[in-house]
Amino acid sequence: MYFTSSIFIAFLAVMFALYYIIPRKAQWVLLLIGSYVFYAWAGLHFLVYVLITTVTTWYSAVRISDRQSQHKRWMKVNKDELTREEKKAAKAVMKKITRRWFLFALLLNLGILAVIKYTNFMIGNINSIFGTGLNFWSIALPMGISFYTFQSMGYLIDVYHGKAEAQRNLGKFALFVSFFPQMVQGPISRYNDLAPSLFGEHKFDSKGIRYGMERVLWGFFKKLVVADRLVVGVKALISTPEQYTGAWVALAMFLYAIQLYADFTGGIDITIGVAQMFGVKLVENFDRPFFSKDTAEYWRRWHISMGSWFRDYIFYPISVCGWMLKLTTWSRKHLGNVIGKRVPVYLAMAVTWFATGIWHGAAWNFIVWGMLNCLVLIISQELTPFYDWFHSKVHVQDKWGWKLFQILRTFILMSSIRILDCYRNVPLTFHQVGTIFTTANLGEVFPGLTGLGMSWADWVIVVIGTLLMLAVSLVQRRGSVREQLDAKPVAVQAALFAVLLYVVLIFGAYGIGFDANQFIYNQF
Amino acid sequence: MDELLEILEELHPEVDFNTCTRLVDDKIIDSFDIVTIITEVNNTFDVAIPAEEIIPENFNSAQALYALIERLEEEG
Repeated sequence: MYFTSSIFIAFLAVMFALYYIIPRKAQWVLLLIGSYVFYAWAGLHFLVYVLITTVTTWYSAVRISDRQSQHKRWMKVNKDELTREEKKAAKAVMKKITRRWFLFALLLNLGILAVIKYTNFMIGNINSIFGTGLNFWSIALPMGISFYTFQSMGYLIDVYHGKAEAQRNLGKFALFVSFFPQMVQGPISRYNDLAPSLFGEHKFDSKGIRYGMERVLWGFFKKLVVADRLVVGVKALISTPEQYTGAWVALAMFLYAIQLYADFTGGIDITIGVAQMFGVKLVENFDRPFFSKDTAEYWRRWHISMGSWFRDYIFYPISVCGWMLKLTTWSRKHLGNVIGKRVPVYLAMAVTWFATGIWHGAAWNFIVWGMLNCLVLIISQELTPFYDWFHSKVHVQDKWGWKLFQILRTFILMSSIRILDCYRNVPLTFHQVGTIFTTANLGEVFPGLTGLGMSWADWVIVVIGTLLMLAVSLVQRRGSVREQLDAKPVAVQAALFAVLLYVVLIFGAYGIGFDANQFIYNQF
Repeated sequence: MDELLEILEELHPEVDFNTCTRLVDDKIIDSFDIVTIITEVNNTFDVAIPAEEIIPENFNSAQALYALIERLEEEG
């Protein structure tokens, strides 16, 4: 049941109507039933995976929480009579027990993800290294497994560290894991952020619902009018790499950047908008990322929920764990202060970006993509003193031309790394990017555009659609677009809504050749 | 407190850590800085700040960070 399918619209209409008719106490139950129907639609057997993650995480978290509460109560009663050593010993016993439950659920669920997602990758590598002929495993990846596993594990870690209360109601926890709008491509929510509105009672809030519907429609525009129309052109450029070299590769980078932006942010707009129609507040996943002036900023503004998950649950724990601190002390002693203090940060960054890469897909192109991002971040970190020196000599920091240069530089850099997604072959990608500097064929591009399977009308629609997305991003600098629209007369708002709906229906890319169903991030 | 201020000032000499209370919220310090601070704190105070304590409230000001160090010292 893809977001862009008519069955999803019908499903949404039924859910929406029921949601505001039934007693408010039962609203979360309806969301749970709807979420399981939505998930079962993708394949009934996939529900088994969701259920295993739900039950094991829920039970372990409750056991951890029970043991922590017991420890707290005991400490409260006995704290005055205990020595510091006795307190530490009691805490250590509690930690030992809770750690067992924590590791059980963590390893089981990450193990399931690893086995399902990475077995064939490992078989492929073994075959190519040892020349063996091991058969690949025929197993379909359950929809959204990377997203719901990470969301559940984030909750488990938070409960283990006492940052979140364990949810004792299995049904409510099942809803947290499976809430249907975010099952396809996130965002990866934190329990404390999502729980209040997910389990809360919601009256019919016409403004919130209208805002949600507007956002859904804007998401459909991005997805159907821009992203899906570009699928054909990008596919043509990528599938015949020997034909499309040089300037065509640069065009592929540019078009794929727009396609992915429209696809992913459009999907998230639909997700957040649908949730808002049910009164549920999801975290924002993007903050106009293509306006970033450096790579670090870009990664704070693109796929924010994933980035913050990796930062909080992988980067920080690795950076500050005992052996890393020991390694720092050692490296400072042996390598000097300057290099020594960089060791923990860069090592943790490398592990984090390796994990980020492989999270996106079991393939070398994703791993190289992750490591290249890491390399760029390290280089820009190391260049900071140079930039500071440059800015002390040349005062261009506040000039719009310099800011535009920084934005374009970041966009080009990220686009050139992102193209690894497209070719899905590391040597080929490097070769193709290399041809940009060795092939002078810029003059071929404009006359050859219609040879990519897109008519002139398609190109015009893509250009206008992209300019519209750019304009909306520029307006967002002054705050929420919907708030600004809300200040306009009702007739203007209704007319804009009608025009956008008309545009989506008329100019959406449907039919043969257009992949109007699949979201790019769905495959992760 | 003076030792902590020394650590912070070495990292960002341009910031007045005596008055600034929005170090994380205003993106004055980033994750790189936070890890460096934790490493320095471990070396100077012999206190290990665990990952779960890396929240804006603990790193938004020198005072908050010092309070965290004292609390962790107390807890052993």
